[in-house]
Amino acid sequence: MKILMKGNEAIGEAAIRAGCRFFFGYPITPQSELPAYLARKFPEVGGTFLQAESEIAAINMVYGAAGAGARVMTSSSSPGISLKQEGISYIAGAELPCVIVNIARGGPGLGDIQPAQSDYFQATKGGGHGDYKLIVLAPASVQEIVDLVMDAFDLADLYRNPVMIIGDGALGQMMEPVEFKERKKIKLPPKDWTTTGMMGRKQNLINTLDLDPEGLERHNLKLKKKYDEIKKKEQRCEVIDCDDAEVIVVAYGTAARVVQTAQKRLRKEGVKVGIIRPITLWPFPEKTIKQYRDKVDSFLTVEMSTGQMVEDVELAVGGKAPVYFYGRTGGMIPTPGEITREVKKLASGGCK
Amino acid sequence: MKTVFERPKSLQDVKTHYCPGCTHGIVHRLVAEIMDELQIREETIGVCPVGCSVLAYNYFNCDMQQAAHGRAPAVATGIKRVLPDKVVFTYQGDGDLASIGTAEIIHAAARGENITVVFINNAIYGMTGGQMAPTTLVGQKTQTSPYGRDPKSAGYPIKMSEMLATLNGAGYIARVSVHDIKNINRAKRCIKKAFETQINKQGFSMVEVLSTCPTNWGMHPLDALKWLEENMIPCYPLGEYKTPGEVK
Ligand SMILES: Cc1ncc(C[n+]2csc(CCOP(=O)(O)OP(=O)(O)O)c2C)c(N)n1
Ligand code: SF4
Repeated sequence: MKILMKGNEAIGEAAIRAGCRFFFGYPITPQSELPAYLARKFPEVGGTFLQAESEIAAINMVYGAAGAGARVMTSSSSPGISLKQEGISYIAGAELPCVIVNIARGGPGLGDIQPAQSDYFQATKGGGHGDYKLIVLAPASVQEIVDLVMDAFDLADLYRNPVMIIGDGALGQMMEPVEFKERKKIKLPPKDWTTTGMMGRKQNLINTLDLDPEGLERHNLKLKKKYDEIKKKEQRCEVIDCDDAEVIVVAYGTAARVVQTAQKRLRKEGVKVGIIRPITLWPFPEKTIKQYRDKVDSFLTVEMSTGQMVEDVELAVGGKAPVYFYGRTGGMIPTPGEITREVKKLASGGCK
Repeated sequence: MKTVFERPKSLQDVKTHYCPGCTHGIVHRLVAEIMDELQIREETIGVCPVGCSVLAYNYFNCDMQQAAHGRAPAVATGIKRVLPDKVVFTYQGDGDLASIGTAEIIHAAARGENITVVFINNAIYGMTGGQMAPTTLVGQKTQTSPYGRDPKSAGYPIKMSEMLATLNGAGYIARVSVHDIKNINRAKRCIKKAFETQINKQGFSMVEVLSTCPTNWGMHPLDALKWLEENMIPCYPLGEYKTPGEVK
């Protein structure tokens, strides 16, 4: 059965259905419907909703709760996510599973509250200090929000790694029909490392400190091995009409929605254009891009930023084809018309 | 043979890294003795701060989490909300609790978060080599107040116990010292009350322990104890600032 839901509320409902019972957050637009939903719904399912004194406190509550073995989530928007970065680095270092939602907005600084994708670098390249990676999932519809939020909790537990869901106000506010499908249970490793009181066993410790550089290097290499495994196994993207494409547009999230509208129009006009829509921003779906890089004339990356993901596209393409960029920023969303125009510049017969 | 003195089970059998004469060690022992006496060691989760006691997880023989600088009360909140029937304590220095972590401690107290905080006030940043702390006394010389703390530019010492005692969520707040036997015994009674406040679910509890840092004060350990008594206590009066009543 399908029900009509707002993106932000769908995150909340999906989290509840994934067994999340703890949420710590601090108010910020445009994600407010999510904490509001959980504050309303959690009492019915025995969950704990806590409005923290700041994003810094919230992410450190997540650290404590995840270390105590809970499925736990926090959410915020760009400036708040910046504040959480020290905590996220600790969580990644201590290998704690949790889900962090960024309903991103225009920046830098206080910016605005309109949809933006200018937190891509922060989400995928580190954000906080140290050698670490988040798994970053970028839904492009409310249904995909539901599916990816549920996946996020499993991935977090599977790899003992924080997972970030990244969207924007357009996705968060948009209402679409969704279905909460029965999911097959995946086998997750036992949580035998949590601090729940020793009760006869040896001490468990949640920690990121290692004053011995050889020890810390070993830890970093262990993390690296995990990240390599994730890179190998978890790359996800949607491929649309790429087999005969001359131009492939790479876009995610809200930008990808607009690109899809433009692509349909262009196909009707006979322009051979395809889309690769990354669903995991990290690991970046480089394998798929590599499959097409020798077959197309060019790639066009469309983002709601001045160009961040385009660097990963360039790395994956590896100079085998030209990579162009089109972006709107500061909370502006590109129009299908703009994208159509850009693609036509590149497609055969178009004036480059 | 009668055993007259032994290591509490709640302390691990290891050497500590604390400087000779530092009173961190005394407070560790008190907390460990209390865990033994209350028989809560196996159901306790401790949170250590960033500061000289960052390695406290090597000394306390219970489950531990190591928190970011100042965030121990938030981490403890996360643990306690997941495990409301377990005992959760933080152990924090004055830079950690009264400077970078002021928001976290105030709001944990305001929420009546049912945790226990052991707060080491040594009037200085120990671990980073002796910088001015929010609790540094007026006139006290440190690495970053080389001419003595001047209230005109550096303000006045923060009195955390007095401040937190104004909050309804605080169940038990006390300030103690460990500069002599009498006061050590008193400190132990108060820390025990703080844990009992938590066990009885009577809200947030904190004991501020006036402590020495002979290394960064540049004093012989005995002189440091005397300096604490003569200079810190007049600024930071000892006593119970808030009790939940029911706790004996
Ligand atoms: C975010 C952050 N800022 C600064 C530091 C550096 N630092 C480590 S310990 C410390 C001060 C600790 O002093 P205090 O809390 O008084 O504890 P003490 O060492 O005196 O026991 C500072 C500033 C840090 N680790 N993290
Ligand atoms: S630096 Fe000061 S507080 Fe730290 S261990 Fe040494 S004496 Fe104790």
